Amino acid sequence: MSSPILKLIAQRIALGLLLLFAVSVLIFVGTQILPGDVAQSILGQSATAESLANLREALGLNDPAYIRYFKWLGGILTGNLGTALSSGQDIASAIGGRLWNTLFLAFWAAVVSVPLAIGLGLLAVRYRNGFVDKLISGLALASTSLPEFFIGYLLVYFFAVQWQIFPGISTVYDGMPFLERMKAIALPATALTLVVLAHMMRMTRAAILNVMQSAYIETAELKGLSPFEIIRKHAFPNAIAPVVNVVMLNLAYLIVGVVVVEVIFVYPGMGQYLVDHVAKRDVPVVQAVGLIFAAVYITLNIIADIAAILANPRLRHPK
Amino acid sequence: MAKAQAATHKPEMLLDIRDLRIEARVYPPDEAPKTITLVHDVSLTLKRGKVLGLIGESGAGKSTIGLSSMAFGRGGVKISGGQVLLNGRDILTLGPAGVRKVRGREVCYVAQSAAAAFNPAHKLMDQVVEAALLHGIATRAEAEKRAVALFKKLSLPNPETIGNRYPHQVSGGQLQRVMTATALCSEPDLIVFDEPTTALDVTTQIDVLAAIKDAIRDTHVAALYISHDLAVVAQVADEIVVLRNGRLVERGDTHQIIKLPQQDYTRALVAVHEIDHTEKQPSPSPMLSVKNVTAAYGGGVVKVLKNVSVDLHPGQTLAVVGESGSGKSTLARAITGLLPPEQGSISFDGRTLSNRLADRPKEDLRQLQMIYQMADVAMNPRQTVRTIIGRPLEFYFGMRGKERDQRVAELLDKIEMGTGFADRYPAELSGGQKQRVCIARSLAAKPKLIICDEVTSALDPLVANGILKLLLDLQQEEKVAYLFITHDLATVKSIADAIAVMYRGEVVRYGPKSQVLEPPFDAYTDLLLSSVPEMEQGWLETAIQGRRMESAGN
Repeated sequence: MSSPILKLIAQRIALGLLLLFAVSVLIFVGTQILPGDVAQSILGQSATAESLANLREALGLNDPAYIRYFKWLGGILTGNLGTALSSGQDIASAIGGRLWNTLFLAFWAAVVSVPLAIGLGLLAVRYRNGFVDKLISGLALASTSLPEFFIGYLLVYFFAVQWQIFPGISTVYDGMPFLERMKAIALPATALTLVVLAHMMRMTRAAILNVMQSAYIETAELKGLSPFEIIRKHAFPNAIAPVVNVVMLNLAYLIVGVVVVEVIFVYPGMGQYLVDHVAKRDVPVVQAVGLIFAAVYITLNIIADIAAILANPRLRHPK
Repeated sequence: MAKAQAATHKPEMLLDIRDLRIEARVYPPDEAPKTITLVHDVSLTLKRGKVLGLIGESGAGKSTIGLSSMAFGRGGVKISGGQVLLNGRDILTLGPAGVRKVRGREVCYVAQSAAAAFNPAHKLMDQVVEAALLHGIATRAEAEKRAVALFKKLSLPNPETIGNRYPHQVSGGQLQRVMTATALCSEPDLIVFDEPTTALDVTTQIDVLAAIKDAIRDTHVAALYISHDLAVVAQVADEIVVLRNGRLVERGDTHQIIKLPQQDYTRALVAVHEIDHTEKQPSPSPMLSVKNVTAAYGGGVVKVLKNVSVDLHPGQTLAVVGESGSGKSTLARAITGLLPPEQGSISFDGRTLSNRLADRPKEDLRQLQMIYQMADVAMNPRQTVRTIIGRPLEFYFGMRGKERDQRVAELLDKIEMGTGFADRYPAELSGGQKQRVCIARSLAAKPKLIICDEVTSALDPLVANGILKLLLDLQQEEKVAYLFITHDLATVKSIADAIAVMYRGEVVRYGPKSQVLEPPFDAYTDLLLSSVPEMEQGWLETAIQGRRMESAGN
């Protein structure tokens, strides 16, 4: 490992942290300019002026905004996300289990969709402009064009109602046996897979086709390699950077954009939690979830950047 | 041992191409697609262990024929007729799987640009042994051992460890040798060398050529050696086939082709194309004077010009010669202001030029024009010749309409192209015609100085010769001065009045042509002069022996 590459990676991480900090400011400011008074919403319309003032004092709402921001940020850095207004619960402990549920669902959706998308992309390049290529592209585009709520209900209708293979409501609980849990997430994971598949597949196809124009592909052909070996050994390694980028973008979507799917399947993840608390105007929860989503998004993109740097032999092995 | 035994069972005739016809589908603009014939019923034979040179200008079909011996058509080209008998069987009838067994095993390929032909993502060794492993010719350990032995034979530096490097960590000349090792590693019967030294500097070319020649001799492999440079082919080939526009012009042994050519076209190729040019005497006051210029890239980190001083007199030609990386194009960039010098000054026509391009008045820009190596990328493909040549007329002189068209016609006449070309697009012109249009465009500004950056390097020798004659005629008529950047010494002899030899950013030899090309030489000029291939069998060995210094190894 050489120093220029470490420097590049360090730069990316530092940039990511800076970005996360900026996002935290945005989230805080955004929730502050929303109309409504937190003390009022806790105590309700019938509260007396005196009790409102007392609560404001207790919550520190009379402090200037920047002091409240740093208190909030300091809390997050020490693992204290605050308390939910609606339930009085500690947000960190409420999120803990749900974040894990969301990651579990996203993980299995990714395990299925990423290899499938890349494999289909390679296959489409192998039979480019032929029947297989058009079939793959057509099906993938069709699945992306359908909105996820429609796909979700379609899956529920056939797999849960008609054939009764998988449950239509994805109830999970602590200590659930692994296979049971997998059965419960089968439908939402399928819905997510269908949503992200086409984008990754099309980008893999495009990135590899681009590389297929290179002179070294002809060299491989003239060595007697078979078309699929050429794509796998000679084209794919040079297409990693763009492919990783689009994969990470979709992984981020699997975690952050899961809201609709979680609601359809009543899956107890972050998305459900967020939607519930947006409806209740529970600002501390929205702030905390927003920040977590932003952190996930930024982290995955940093990973994509670093992977792209590491995939470049010129950076890995300088002259 | 095993190879020698196997060879006795194989027929003496290794390659027998019979009535080969190759076609391609083309899609010309504004016309219906049509099928054109690239190779017209060409037949040729090659015996085991011999080297056959394929020679011709671009479009002659040399590479297309060479690749047909691997049953390969580049870019949608289709082999539509004839037979390619390799080791006694027609490989065109083998089908995809059968052809794959031949490629990389019986026939291997060495490409023109090894830098592009190696996969940047894999180590050299993995790519060198790939075909041998794929075809089960050797185990990995055996193949690597053989590769290292080949690296040694091809005199690559650090033969034991160079395989662990990536393509970008190795120079162009070295890569070309590694590619030759790749081809030799699977011990094929035939190697197709497709212009293997054309992209290299003249001083590097000679090393690579000698390495290839030794390797062919020691491994008894047969070869098709494709090149546009007859002098190069004459060094390695036993026999030569001359091709033109996809047809066979003449074939014979090397001595016969270069000494007793039978066909007019071959005679034209063999003839020495030096133009008789009388050197002009320097005038009392130079028009362009570059004084102690130092320039660098990367904010002063990489010094590419070191204290360079040259003068250019009105209506004369200063040739700047050197290999790639010597700083000759950077000198042009410094003079035009594209790369402002860090130190030194440039005076032009009695006044000092601003260092930065942005600070120069329009009049300075007009008087100093440029022509580039790649004519086709120097023109907007969506503009007609009339628009391209008319643009400087509008920009510098405000000419419009009829007046402008009149002048465009005059300029087209000057470059020996009729007004019929005015409405053509660059894609409809040949390489030489494109370069002529670029010359007309620079002349349109009525400049006092034209910088010509390798303007003939991408052209076939006969076409290049025509361009040089045109440039000399125009110099007579227009009294324009040329700063002529080139790596080709034959060109220099033809047109220069003064010469500056550059090496690693410095001018190592400078003066009137007669002085610079007159012994005693400094070591570098000697190397440069002795590296130019001569149309003489055995020149290569003599030249290698007589060398006083190594090339820069670019």
